[in-house]
Amino acid sequence: MSEHEYTPKSKAGKWFNDRLPLLTLGAHLTDYPTPKNLNYWWTFGGILTFCLITQIVTGIVLAMHYVAHADLAFASVEHIMRDVNYGWLIRYIHSNGASMFFLAVYIHIFRSLFYGSYKSPREVIWIIGLLIYLLMMAAAFMGYVLPWGQMSFWGATVITNLFSAIPLVGDSITTWLWGAYSVDNPTLNRFFSLHYLIPFLILGLVVLHIWALHVPGNNNPVGIDIKKPSKDTVPFHPYITIKDAFALLVFMIIFAGFVFFTPNVLGHSDNYIPANPLVTPAHIVPEWYLLPFYAILRSVPDKLGGVILMFSAIFILFVLPWLDTSKVRSAVFRPIYRQFFWILVIDVLMLGYVGAMPAEGIYLVLARVGTIYYFLHFIVVMPVVGYLEKTDPIPMSISEPVLTGVAEPSIARKVNDKI
Amino acid sequence: MSKEEKKVNRRDFLFTASYTVGAVGIGAVIWPMIDQMNPDKAQQALATTEVDISSIEPGKSITVLWRGKPVFLKRRTPEEIAEARAVNLDDLPDPQKDEERVKEGKDEWLVMLGVCTHLGCVPLKDKGDYNGWFCPCHGSHYDVSGRIRKGPAPTNMEIPKFEFVDNNTIKIG
Ligand code: HEM
Ligand code: FES
Repeated sequence: MSEHEYTPKSKAGKWFNDRLPLLTLGAHLTDYPTPKNLNYWWTFGGILTFCLITQIVTGIVLAMHYVAHADLAFASVEHIMRDVNYGWLIRYIHSNGASMFFLAVYIHIFRSLFYGSYKSPREVIWIIGLLIYLLMMAAAFMGYVLPWGQMSFWGATVITNLFSAIPLVGDSITTWLWGAYSVDNPTLNRFFSLHYLIPFLILGLVVLHIWALHVPGNNNPVGIDIKKPSKDTVPFHPYITIKDAFALLVFMIIFAGFVFFTPNVLGHSDNYIPANPLVTPAHIVPEWYLLPFYAILRSVPDKLGGVILMFSAIFILFVLPWLDTSKVRSAVFRPIYRQFFWILVIDVLMLGYVGAMPAEGIYLVLARVGTIYYFLHFIVVMPVVGYLEKTDPIPMSISEPVLTGVAEPSIARKVNDKI
Repeated sequence: MSKEEKKVNRRDFLFTASYTVGAVGIGAVIWPMIDQMNPDKAQQALATTEVDISSIEPGKSITVLWRGKPVFLKRRTPEEIAEARAVNLDDLPDPQKDEERVKEGKDEWLVMLGVCTHLGCVPLKDKGDYNGWFCPCHGSHYDVSGRIRKGPAPTNMEIPKFEFVDNNTIKIG
């Protein structure tokens, strides 16, 4: 990874480092040369790490008071809210923490889409990131089942029933997932076990994600390859750590705003009604962060088709590095793609909105249009635009626009051409 | 030369044999790990439920829980039965005669899983465009016989195994 050799100053440090080079790793992480033009969209990696740690710490505390049994789970969560010292705080941090985690991950993903961070040589970073995202969805879904309210129960029923769409073996798979003939106590038990496990799997993937990142180094807003270390880079510490810390503080203020002022606004009030297998709530909706996929699922009038399309919406992202034919990474220099990028953002937001609305009338039409556009963006727009688009000239280095005194990089290149 | 060839063959055999034994061993360990997640004996023991139906008036229905799932027991009026039987089978996404969904001679009793065949919600009674059930989750409409007519659900609501123990009791399962 790092090109330079590191020798600890103290004798004890050297002794230890020769046996386990942890200090070398530490030095690599502090000195790690980072592009000096990273903007605030790059601070979400650090924020995501914070979110994961927060979920693990608050989750372990909740697990000390929570009882994973169909007859006791709901009461135990109320017990956490009313009796356990600061239980309300810890639970609200955990439940809102899940939402904040997804907010951060969506910004992080769209950052990668805009600046072409998924492209060569960073495909593996991108794919590991998507695996983390998949596990996050699984963790959050199972976590939402644990309080055993009406939304927990019916959310679990609807999502596990997605697997019953698989031809031939579908029903056996759902029964196997449930450990019963419906969502029941065995289901709750195993979901708790897996909900506890998955965050630690995510932690392992985060290590791989960062390892893979440190091989080519960070992408940056102009998206060009840079020499490392060079005039274009700064050491990670203190330059990036302080920027990350500031962004994290702002993020925490928003987070605290939810926790202390509107702790239930992102949840659903039906989940304060104990699970009842005889009555389905009138409007079942998943948590907000799953709504776009829910809209895609409902936009298809066929069961298997809807399920396939919903999963494809996620899996298509895995082949994105190979669907994008453009040689230029950053959308800053891609005038056409840039517009399609924003259309995609609006499309996904709209899908999220109609996912929360009843699947009828105008909402159904919008869901269908949105779904078609979503796939068109990746299957048609990405390859075709990348091929046809005339990109703006890109600078030779990050420093160039600064040193030539011209802010607009494309102009900088014209100046250069004259030289 | 021939000696060397023989040696290679022997090694190939050993490799293949050990891989095979290894694979069987791994399979033998993995299967219990997978099968433990299937419904256990306690779950399977809950397999039957007896229901007293003497107090259900014609046109009314009750819902009971069987294996964690709701079961609708509906005592249909002669008009409802007639309506169910008048439907043209070509109009049905999952064609099935009403007669096949009830016990002969007990035509007024419709006993079916109250589970939408789309994604498992409980449909609401006396709702929807077909005078039967309507599933609020993603909008599936069922008729008086519990057959799917419109919406994303692929099949009719399921008829569980059941029998009449006597005139007043139904055993489900
Ligand atoms: C990726 C990280 C995690 C995410 C996204 C996540 C998400 C969630 C969500 C959405 C809920 C439902 C909150 C509610 O409405 O009440 C929940 C509940 C719960 N989680 Fe987590 N969680 C994570 C990590 C953990 C960990 C590591 C543990 C345990 C060690 C844990 C233990 C619990 C417990 C006991 C509950 C039930 C109590 C409650 O509902 O508040 N979680 N989780
Ligand atoms: S579960 Fe009934 S329509 Fe989807």
